[in-house]
Amino acid sequence: MTFTYEIEGGNFSRAGSASSDIKKALKQLDLDYNIIKRVVVSIYEAEVNIVAHARRGTLTADIDADGIVVVLDDEGPGIPDIEAAMTTGFSTASPRVREMGFGAGMGLPNIKKNADSLHIQSTVGVGTRLEIAVNFK
Amino acid sequence: MNNPDISTDKKMSDFHHALKIVDDLCIGCSKCMNICPTHAIRVRNGKARLMDNRCIDCGECYRICPVSAIIIEQDDFSRIFNFKHRVALVPAVFFAQFAAKHSVEQITQTLLELGFTHVFEIENGARLIRQETRNLLAENRELKPLISTFCPAIVRLVQVKFPALVHHLMLLKPPLDAAAIWFRHHLEQHGARRDETGIFYVTQCAAKIAAIKSPAEGEASPISGVINMDEIYNKVSAKLKDGEEGLAQTTGTQVTMLGAEDVLWSLTTGESSQITGKRLAIDGVHNVTNFLEKLEQEEHPAFDFLELRACDESCAGGVLTTENRFLTAERMRSRARRCAAILPEKGSASLMHFDDEIRPLLTIAEIKPRSMMKLDEDMGEALRKMKMIRQIMQMLPMVDCGACGSPGCHALAEDIVQGRGMMENCIFIQRRYEQKGMLKPEVSAEIVKKIWGANKIDNENK
Repeated sequence: MTFTYEIEGGNFSRAGSASSDIKKALKQLDLDYNIIKRVVVSIYEAEVNIVAHARRGTLTADIDADGIVVVLDDEGPGIPDIEAAMTTGFSTASPRVREMGFGAGMGLPNIKKNADSLHIQSTVGVGTRLEIAVNFK
Repeated sequence: MNNPDISTDKKMSDFHHALKIVDDLCIGCSKCMNICPTHAIRVRNGKARLMDNRCIDCGECYRICPVSAIIIEQDDFSRIFNFKHRVALVPAVFFAQFAAKHSVEQITQTLLELGFTHVFEIENGARLIRQETRNLLAENRELKPLISTFCPAIVRLVQVKFPALVHHLMLLKPPLDAAAIWFRHHLEQHGARRDETGIFYVTQCAAKIAAIKSPAEGEASPISGVINMDEIYNKVSAKLKDGEEGLAQTTGTQVTMLGAEDVLWSLTTGESSQITGKRLAIDGVHNVTNFLEKLEQEEHPAFDFLELRACDESCAGGVLTTENRFLTAERMRSRARRCAAILPEKGSASLMHFDDEIRPLLTIAEIKPRSMMKLDEDMGEALRKMKMIRQIMQMLPMVDCGACGSPGCHALAEDIVQGRGMMENCIFIQRRYEQKGMLKPEVSAEIVKKIWGANKIDNENK
């Protein structure tokens, strides 16, 4: 089953709505709560990344009996150094974003920690594509 | 076309409920259905129907029912006379139901005149619970936040709607249990036999009754019976009115001196203000639900302690209270200020001599998740149902009018896939099918009658 969401850059008041919706869907399946939590935390972080850094993006989640695969595509600045971005505490977030409690440099490391797999493709000045997978078994 | 009955959904009905719907009184207005925070109510045949596995006994339905068709079970008052020692276990909220001119002592005296042999205030148990809460928080390093289990409706809300958060619930009983156990010890030490002692809890809370009467929550309760606060309020008010001229000043009662923080325990911030660390207090079941949705997503910085209460203004707004909740809370705060003036050092020290015996009895063994959200135990089946719900949602009008007898379009979609409802329950779908010639208006009318009862359609002048 496929879920698709549009994510608006800069709209922090709506950040988390896609992950919240997916969470509601997962709660309807007989899944271990830890798995739901890992999915929701990783999607939430990715969603916030788009809101904080990109102009716009889409989130597509595919759920089947084996697991969930989430693809996030954004039109944004891209990540010049993916390795650095994967380091805990590394952040390029603006002071304004940090003031709102985001941009602590926990995003990508937290996704990596919670997901079973994470693939990042990024082109500077064009955008970023994240593929996050969590297995249900 | 037959609407399946919602009672088919019984597989997890091991919750005991204090709230009951009286069919003869119910007018099928659907106010309760629309306000229920867990979507536990449907309307069928013109009557509200409760889904046992979803109800958390918060009492929102009881509050809103315009014809008092929802009742809260209690023990018959005369049951107290089965016991030689008859203890009224009374919360501070009760004393605050009365105007300030009626003192705690006077109300206590009136309770004794009603037939109780002892009156003991529940907040006497707060000191020990406060200590235990602090201990648990000090020991807790990994699992943040701890969620207070003081409010039994919140415990159930977490169980059915936020199963992933169940392990955050603090496994500690409330002051009620500490006070009841303490008083049993106290009487036994003075020679009372266990079977001669009846401890009756005068309650403002439906969920507390359910928790006490529920065998699922573990060992036998130290409480012998429950009496609804509104009933005792009426009895005490009548007596206070009678004795207005010559107030009898008798002693021999069990009034203990509470500290200010004991008196305030059941009000919002009553617990959270007593601990250090990052804490938050939220009251109102819909407010709590919104917060827990966020917490589940880890959108909040880590709190050490969450005090969550189902009623607006916490226990001052309990469903069985009579007085305005803000007045009640203000009277309690005013009493607390007087207590603080008399007893400036922290809390009452008078009840410490059983602490070591009571402490081990205050632990809750386990709280299990009881998710109401699972569509099916089988993963493939659950996915299939989820898909169906989405397809049905595409067809429904998204008006959330409730005319289908379910609380909104999503609830109807879920009811359809779970065999509790059908597409034609929706009045918009009925019109659509009628236009296409797939449904006769007479059949539509029959369907509506099966949901709302025949009289709403047949009787032109009700």
